[in-house]
Amino acid sequence: MRQVAIYGKGGIGKSTTTQNLTAGLGEMGKKIMVVGCDPKADSTRLLLGGLAQKTVLDTLREEGEDIELELIMKEGFASIKCVESGGPEPGVGCAGRGIITSIGLLERLGAYEADLDYVFYDVLGDVVCGGFAMPIREGKAQEIYIVASGELMALYAANNISKGIQKYANTGGVRLGGIICNSRKVDGEKELIQAFAKELGTQMIHFVPRDNIVQRAEINKKTVIDYDPSAAQADEYRALARAIDGNDMFVIPKPMKQDRLEELMMEHGILDA
Amino acid sequence: MSKVDRIIDHYSARVYKNRKLHIIEKTDDNHEIAANTRTIPGIMTNRGCCYAGCKGVVIGPIKDVAVITHGPIGCGFYSWGTRRNKARGDENTKNFVEYCLSTDMQEPDIVFGGEKKLRQAIKEVVEIFNPDAIMICSTCPVGLIGDDIHAVAAEAEKLYGRKVIAFSCEGYKGVSQSGGHHIANNGLIRHIIGTEERAPTKYSINMLGEYNIGGDAWEIERILKRIGYDLVANIPGDASIHDIAKAHIAHLNLVQCHRSINYVADMLKDKFGTSWLKVNFIGVSATIKSLRDMARFFDDPELYARTEQVIAEELAAIQEDMEYYKSKLKGKTAALFVGGSRSHHYQKLLKDFGMETIMAGYEFAHRDDYEGREVLPFIKEDADSKNIESIKVEKDERYRLYLTEEQYERLRKEIPLDYYAGMIREMEKGTIIVDDLNHYETEEMLKVLKPDIFFSGIKDKYIAQKAGTLSRQLHSYDYSGPYAGFNGAINFGRDVTMGITTPAWGLVKAPWKTQPILKGQLQEVV
Repeated sequence: MRQVAIYGKGGIGKSTTTQNLTAGLGEMGKKIMVVGCDPKADSTRLLLGGLAQKTVLDTLREEGEDIELELIMKEGFASIKCVESGGPEPGVGCAGRGIITSIGLLERLGAYEADLDYVFYDVLGDVVCGGFAMPIREGKAQEIYIVASGELMALYAANNISKGIQKYANTGGVRLGGIICNSRKVDGEKELIQAFAKELGTQMIHFVPRDNIVQRAEINKKTVIDYDPSAAQADEYRALARAIDGNDMFVIPKPMKQDRLEELMMEHGILDA
Repeated sequence: MSKVDRIIDHYSARVYKNRKLHIIEKTDDNHEIAANTRTIPGIMTNRGCCYAGCKGVVIGPIKDVAVITHGPIGCGFYSWGTRRNKARGDENTKNFVEYCLSTDMQEPDIVFGGEKKLRQAIKEVVEIFNPDAIMICSTCPVGLIGDDIHAVAAEAEKLYGRKVIAFSCEGYKGVSQSGGHHIANNGLIRHIIGTEERAPTKYSINMLGEYNIGGDAWEIERILKRIGYDLVANIPGDASIHDIAKAHIAHLNLVQCHRSINYVADMLKDKFGTSWLKVNFIGVSATIKSLRDMARFFDDPELYARTEQVIAEELAAIQEDMEYYKSKLKGKTAALFVGGSRSHHYQKLLKDFGMETIMAGYEFAHRDDYEGREVLPFIKEDADSKNIESIKVEKDERYRLYLTEEQYERLRKEIPLDYYAGMIREMEKGTIIVDDLNHYETEEMLKVLKPDIFFSGIKDKYIAQKAGTLSRQLHSYDYSGPYAGFNGAINFGRDVTMGITTPAWGLVKAPWKTQPILKGQLQEVV
């Protein structure tokens, strides 16, 4: 079983990419579980055709510790098992603690079945506190993919996330598997991400072009593969799925100093524009 | 090697350099000591936390208030009834001091926020106990997850028609429990004092910073009432919130524990014009001096006469016992390590019995408690002290001055009015003064100074006793007391005499002192 965590700047398209990518892996016949680690609980919406289920933490709050796995786990597209960690309303409580609690609970409930090929964690935004680093601590997720674009703030975030990975690489054994470029149609984006990935010591695992079909599928609460299997974008996600399935490049990233990151952007002409 | 160096000699250079500033030997001129700074990590300090200072010390003793500890159960449980601040209710006044109320936060409350549970706790407290007011003290996790306890309190105050006051006294704030005292003081001024009225009488006074440990406040109150004083409020020992609410009407505030209550004293002066007098009701001679200073403030022939009459009668009543205990205790030496005032106050009582203080230290005091209030403008604020809210109050419309400016200036030269001289000044040359004493230094100090008795608390009492030195607790009085005033002095004399004349711990020899703890054989190596 490969445990994979997807990180990236808020709004970069982590949930969309994770669900489209897992749809591709599901189509290949892989057995997958997706764990949404975002208090908004919208990480499995496209696989389930809507916000269909109770979150782990809601259930914990209502039922106490006595929870049945089927209450919180639903099967979606391509029999992908979907779980939402959930969390507090904005501005209350502690979402980070929520993720720690919910992953612990999933383990005790036996959600990590032996015949799963993949567990994907879709984690909110930046690694702001210990809770959001939970999937990469204690040997849970072994591989991380960072979703980024050629925009300045997306790369800042990716570099920061790499610092988090580096911190836990020695204790938890976590490695960076690559950068997924979710294109924003920025000039020279592909080259910038490739250079950025190389500097971190990793690779750009796939360049996902921008296509409005993704939005159309989202409005219909579907992944692209589900919504229009013959679309060119569906093939892009299939290619990303194959690349991850066949990936054998796992590294401890070497995060850049702020100066070097800005220098890199200059080289690729972003700051001039 | 100096006595100080013999105590701290084994420290690494960095720790030595730090601790050297906190331990001084009194000479003719040196007075400066480092205080109210972070304890070095790894050192076993006796200090408490901000929550302990707010809930445990200042808020806890108010009797008709239900205090809710908002947090996991441990903080509430371990602050339940451990300070021996006694209180008595009667037909007009409820008493909840025996109770411990907690929201008992669990994991889901941390994740989703604890406000809902707090609202529920307030509702239950109102339904079950119907207290005159409710206070909420927050613990560490509440500060981390950001529960808005002040909004919950404001909402509950409207809903239940009584005061509900929240204190953000999370344990991690500040370097010791001292920050908690300040936060509690701010709450008393902001929400309670000045909210109820009654007419003052001729000698209306308040007692500030007296916690009624073992019944001390009751003994002091007994004496004050005999003389004819009108004690508006004793804050906070055995106090009703309604008395505290009227505290602004008094003509004079007496400050017993300067460290924990000086903020209220200062703010009462700024807001209502009431002066405060530093008193000490621990020790016969100290009590007499305090009573005479008070009479001097009111400057009334009748009061002078009554004061002297009561002093004479009280002295006559205890004379024989005092002489007896003095004959047993004379010449004995003592080391003291307590809070922020007791280490100073008790030196006077020890002196009454002919005992000598060779070391005294404070757990959480600031430099003004050691060196006197004149250092206040020179105390450098650091990030830790700035982190504790300090409020500035405006003159209230009820502001009034009891003394004319001329009277005030004259009196300030005679009695400690709005002034505390600190502990160090009154100590003998060659004695040791220590700030934030720790367990290692306690052991070393006992070896180097060899006091006959070590006055401290539960955290180090048994270290001392097992090392053969008698130890008595001055935080809790070891289930005894009161020790204040005239009758308290006799109780103290009796307890210390019992200990000194029963040197059981010194007679016990640890087995490793007489028997080998390792056995081995010599083998010839060829």
